[in-house]
Amino acid sequence: MSKGNKTYWKGIEQLKNEPSFVKNAQNEFPEFLPIKGSSDNSRRDFLKMMGFGIAAVSTVACEAPVKYAIPYVDKPVDVDPSIANYYASTYSMGSDYCSVVVKTREGRPIKIDGNKYSKVSAGSTSAQVESSVLTLYDKQRLRAPMLSNKESSWNEVDKFVKNTMSTLSKKSYIISNSISSPSSIDVIDKFCDKYNAEHVQYDNVSYNGMLDANLEHYGKRKLPFYDFSKANVIVSFGYDFLGSSYNHNLFNKQFADRRKVDRDNREMSRLYTFESNLSLTGANSDNRIPIESNHSPLYITELWNILSQKTGKNIFAKYRPPLISYDKSKKNLIKLDILEKVAEDLVANIGESIVISSSNDKYVQLVVNMINELLGNYGKSIDVNRSYNIRNGDDNKMNGFLSDLSKGDVSSVIFMNCNPVYDSYLSTKIKNNLSKATLKISTSDRIDETSMLCDVIAPDSHFLESWNDYEPIENSFSFGQPTIKNIFDTRQVQDSLLKWSGSNENYFNYLKSSWRAKQKFTSSDEPFQIFWDRLLHDGVAEFIDKNKSNSNPLPSAKKITSKIISGIQTVISDVNQNDGFEVNIYQNLTVADGVQSNNPWLQEMPDPISKVCWDNYLSVNPKDARKMNISTDSGTMTTNLLSISLNDNNYEIPAIIQPGQAEGTVGLALGYGRTLSGPVGDNVGINAFDLLDKNQKAQNLSLVNVSLSNTGKEYRIAQTQTHETIMARESVIQETSLDEYKKDVYAGKYQFKVSTSKGKKKPEDVTLWSGHEYNNHHWVMSIDLNSCTGCGSCVVACQVENNIPVVGKEEVLNRREMAWLRIDRYYSSDADVDDLQGLEVAAENPDVTFQPMMCQHCNNAPCETVCPVAATTHSSEGLNQMTYNRCIGTRYCANNCPYKVRRFNWFKYHDNEQFDKNISMNNDLGKMVLNPDVTVRSRGVMEKCSFCVQKIQEGKLQAKSEKRRLRDGDVTTACSNSCPTSAITFGDVNDKASKIRKLLQVDKIDKATLKLKEERAYAVLDEIRVSPNVWYLRKVRNKKSV
Amino acid sequence: MHVESKLRKPLITGGKTLNDVSDDICKRVEEKPSISWYVAMIISNITLAVGAYAVYRTLWDGIGMWGLNKTVMWAWDITNFVWWVGIGHAGTLISAILLLFRQRWRMSINRSAEAMTIFAVICAAMFPLLHMGRLWIGLVWVLPFPNTYGSLWVNFASPLLWDVFAISTYFSVSLVFWYIGLIPDFATIRDRAKIAGRKVSAFIYGTLSFGWDGAAKTWSRYETVSLVLAGLATPLVLSVHTIVSMDFATSVIPGWHTTIFPPYFVAGAIFSGFAMVLTLLIITRKVYKLEDYITIKHLELMNIVIIVTGSIVGIAYLTELFMAWYSGVEYEQYAFYNRVTGPYWWAYWSMMTCNVISPQLFWFKKIRTNIAATFIISIIVNIGMWFERFVIIVTSLHRDYLPSSWAMFYPTIYDVGMYLFTFGLFFTAYLAFSKYFPVINMAEVKSILKQTGEKVKKAK
Repeated sequence: MSKGNKTYWKGIEQLKNEPSFVKNAQNEFPEFLPIKGSSDNSRRDFLKMMGFGIAAVSTVACEAPVKYAIPYVDKPVDVDPSIANYYASTYSMGSDYCSVVVKTREGRPIKIDGNKYSKVSAGSTSAQVESSVLTLYDKQRLRAPMLSNKESSWNEVDKFVKNTMSTLSKKSYIISNSISSPSSIDVIDKFCDKYNAEHVQYDNVSYNGMLDANLEHYGKRKLPFYDFSKANVIVSFGYDFLGSSYNHNLFNKQFADRRKVDRDNREMSRLYTFESNLSLTGANSDNRIPIESNHSPLYITELWNILSQKTGKNIFAKYRPPLISYDKSKKNLIKLDILEKVAEDLVANIGESIVISSSNDKYVQLVVNMINELLGNYGKSIDVNRSYNIRNGDDNKMNGFLSDLSKGDVSSVIFMNCNPVYDSYLSTKIKNNLSKATLKISTSDRIDETSMLCDVIAPDSHFLESWNDYEPIENSFSFGQPTIKNIFDTRQVQDSLLKWSGSNENYFNYLKSSWRAKQKFTSSDEPFQIFWDRLLHDGVAEFIDKNKSNSNPLPSAKKITSKIISGIQTVISDVNQNDGFEVNIYQNLTVADGVQSNNPWLQEMPDPISKVCWDNYLSVNPKDARKMNISTDSGTMTTNLLSISLNDNNYEIPAIIQPGQAEGTVGLALGYGRTLSGPVGDNVGINAFDLLDKNQKAQNLSLVNVSLSNTGKEYRIAQTQTHETIMARESVIQETSLDEYKKDVYAGKYQFKVSTSKGKKKPEDVTLWSGHEYNNHHWVMSIDLNSCTGCGSCVVACQVENNIPVVGKEEVLNRREMAWLRIDRYYSSDADVDDLQGLEVAAENPDVTFQPMMCQHCNNAPCETVCPVAATTHSSEGLNQMTYNRCIGTRYCANNCPYKVRRFNWFKYHDNEQFDKNISMNNDLGKMVLNPDVTVRSRGVMEKCSFCVQKIQEGKLQAKSEKRRLRDGDVTTACSNSCPTSAITFGDVNDKASKIRKLLQVDKIDKATLKLKEERAYAVLDEIRVSPNVWYLRKVRNKKSV
Repeated sequence: MHVESKLRKPLITGGKTLNDVSDDICKRVEEKPSISWYVAMIISNITLAVGAYAVYRTLWDGIGMWGLNKTVMWAWDITNFVWWVGIGHAGTLISAILLLFRQRWRMSINRSAEAMTIFAVICAAMFPLLHMGRLWIGLVWVLPFPNTYGSLWVNFASPLLWDVFAISTYFSVSLVFWYIGLIPDFATIRDRAKIAGRKVSAFIYGTLSFGWDGAAKTWSRYETVSLVLAGLATPLVLSVHTIVSMDFATSVIPGWHTTIFPPYFVAGAIFSGFAMVLTLLIITRKVYKLEDYITIKHLELMNIVIIVTGSIVGIAYLTELFMAWYSGVEYEQYAFYNRVTGPYWWAYWSMMTCNVISPQLFWFKKIRTNIAATFIISIIVNIGMWFERFVIIVTSLHRDYLPSSWAMFYPTIYDVGMYLFTFGLFFTAYLAFSKYFPVINMAEVKSILKQTGEKVKKAK
């Protein structure tokens, strides 16, 4: 460029040298973008705007299917979106009861927890209670009343019922399961008075024998209050008080209270079980003696004889208990040596034991009562002043109803929330004779086996839509309040009865006024509204009626002893050596009585013992199985169908080889074989009620001399665990005996050491990991193997809380169940620890261990290191987190998980017709139950226990909004919340005051590695040094050597 | 004194001239495909189509179509992946390592071996892709690209990520190496097509040959690039399977967590790779009448490689057993006890028979120079190597730490379908290659013809 007189200029502005040009001359680009703000960043801003623009435009193209979001026009005062409301209420289905707290979100009940104020239901839940919230959203429920098989209206139904009832002349009946609600009983009585009707209660598993025995013994046809926490020795003859019993939550709690041992308390109770099926009680017993159920009267009688000889005059100076004589040859049928030991233990614990039996025979139960009386248990471990109202069934009255019905003497019958055509021992006879009644009314919520045959179905509302009161135990009340408006056009049965009795009052007002009257009898002197609000708020209350005297004298059987003896002698004369098999029908812990058969959560819940789901089966002793040539394959879960001929019917039922099943007996669960429960529950398994002897006078669940044969046909039965033994792996299950533990609190502890050049060292001292610092919270869980009874309520609680899909039988057969929390059940083996082949075979009568297993939230998590996209990461609070959005589904994390707790979404489980049994994700109604705080996972991602991170988050936010630190107990997990035995404890070990810190006796925390003083605490698979945040407490058995 | 240095036996027999080589190899590209080629191609296509249905169902419905379960989350997918990757080892080993060692016998086989490598790696790559639960996201997220998700980045600690890099690097280098080698041969075909007046062919091969002019300088560059690529590819031969083995070795699962995996896997890979090369070449040389190029000598040399690597693999198996016993770790001990005697004993013993016993037959010269025996054993070895991966993956997973989770794995027809898919893909690609590409590196083979020496000798 020459410097001559040529001047190059960029534009006129430069030539003229305008001030505006001079000012901006150094800027590379002129300012012309229409962006406000700092001019320095305009180019960047432009790019940002453009990026946003493109993104925004392309987002419009994406599908955003928000279909049914209808905003509140006027927001209800109590409903804040995303804030949960909790209401105390009461679970009631079949004969069962539980005091609960219902969590609702935006007006929908989504989760049921135990009511911690309740002294009756122990503040916990069972699987059925947890699941019942899904039954509320069951599409199968009737949407309106039915009149002569046609949908109708309430007005028409009422008119029809009233008109017909007024014309009827013969007897009327109301049939129901046990009703513990005092106000409901009043309403029923009112109805009965009006129409001269009789109210008959029955329980699908009858307690008739026990109730009649108590009536005879101390004049009260009620079940007494057993307190297992006051018993040093418990002897159960087939009575599954931890499993299928009424109110087993409380029994679990009481039992577990005496199993919590530590350095300072090295005492625990001892449980003996004499039973044929391996029940949950048997699995938790210290000494389990497999017997044939029909021999139990012999055992009980002989126990009486031994005890009466042992105690004799020395204890009850004034009373020499008589011996019961019977055919001596029958003594060969029983194991006398063990009975001697049991008696020794009982005598050593006078007043601190419980003997209990499942027999439905009055005389057997009377002998049991005499034994308890002899042992001084009444007034101590058994309280007859606080009786249960939740089992009142009377088989005699049912027989009376049937005979009236078959004679044609019944003109009308109301089946109040019960289904006797399915679940009574009289089912067939009722079914065949029902047409003889003129008016048949059912209040069932669906068309079921009974309501199908009725003229009118007046569907009752779900308990979550109803008002009610309950008195499960005398003077202990529980209240039910609706947590949602009726979803369908249903009406509470009490309202229907009031209406039909001619009253115009609704049940809510009736209830309120009856409590207004009752307030007088309590010590409360507050205004009624406050009193009432308190009842509803707390959900439970204990009142002692000032006007009723409430102390019965201790029961005494002296006067009726001779009658009992002759009665039991008749029973014993029928006890013989079994020719064929003995079939023992029982209620399991999953679908239980079958009332909620259409609930997939219950169907897919594995049986705590056999781990079978979606089926019932015959449990067969391994020796018998060999004799019958039953071939099973645990890999494909194939077994044989056995054939039973009973009641002119031939049944083919799959067999499960069950260690611990008494030889010569088989077990079969009730609650299956429904034909009209809904698409989920229909035709699952066989209806065991059908097998019962139809001519019996009282329900007897034990059938003798049944011939069984192997059809050789193959059948696949779904199990979630197929390997039964622990393979002597001490770092997984640690256990010891109480005797050892008393001597040394470290007994049975597996202390793994690694050999290094500097001698043997603990795994945590030899590590490549640099450790973590959890400055704020450090979430830790502890599980006491000694308290856990394996009931499985935590499994369902987890399923509900975390939107875990149900996959159905086929997929369980493919071993793809999704449960985040499972309970591993191990049987002991008799083989030597080096005999690896032998260790695979369970002992014939094994010790059973339950181990709840979920993500261990390892500090050095093997899953985290292997994920290529860092979809599973560690939180600053010790959680192992799963980011579904980031997961690409390589499944490496699951392979590398030593605990195998990760679950993969093999298919799309929501909105997919193939998984229509997963009703909580496949129809609009079912979806109402989903927890909005937890993502419904898509196909192809991994999932696992999150320690209920949504609840942690909720607790933290709550604390933050209240400007305080999180307190211990603010955050619980679904599993720990539901646990009846408080076996699961969860909390923050960084919180010095926390329960978990105290329980584990945290001594020091060194980079997230806990040094614990609690000797029983151990981490599963300690030697691989993944450093789990779940600690287990060693199991201690209190075995009596016999 | 008259000393005549002993002449080495010629690597190419039949007294081929330079023109013969061009004719023999190019003829296959130029002529119409034979009936047998069509039949083979149709079978391959049908296999591919059947397999594609399995792929479609897997993508459409989910990984649940396979037989995997909560305990065994990898089975046929990763078995097939490792198997194919292993097979994909021979090509680069032959072309790179043997080039560096100046093993000139490799020249007749390297082209097909490399092609096999490329196709095998493609087949292998199908599994890590298709076994992902969410392929559509995984394809992007396994790559470390800057993003707007805050600090979100791939996890460099994960062996699966190392796999992504190892395999993609290996694939790219192998592909480039193979293609560079093809350029002079494409030029030959181009030139012949020009002379014969086949314009389309001349255009296509002309394009593929990147305007190769055969000048001395071009040859020099070609040689240099080959050497550089061989240098680059050599460590990859070792690294790929080392890294694949780390998918297992870095885990905590008994039976996987083993430090001998890298050398053991590399040896196994070469073992299976050579077996696959043998299987393919025995057919190719027969069909294409290439007996003079791929001689018994070639087969024998490859069989010797198989004895060596097979023995290394055998020693590795025994070492694993010894270490399990010697470690005193009960889980490790059980894992191996279970392999040998557990429900999958048949897989273990198939592996032992196929991989340890059968290659030992090659100690007999009669067997290692017998084409039929070589062919059969080469297939047995590949069956054995498939079982090896199956044993490692499935028997380790199906019974690991907690007995409660122990389970069996049963494949579904979709597992089989996925495997068929890769077979279809592989053979379709190999058949296309053998038809349209020169199956032997003409340029290199021409350099080892003993033409002059023979003539001199004859002239004496």
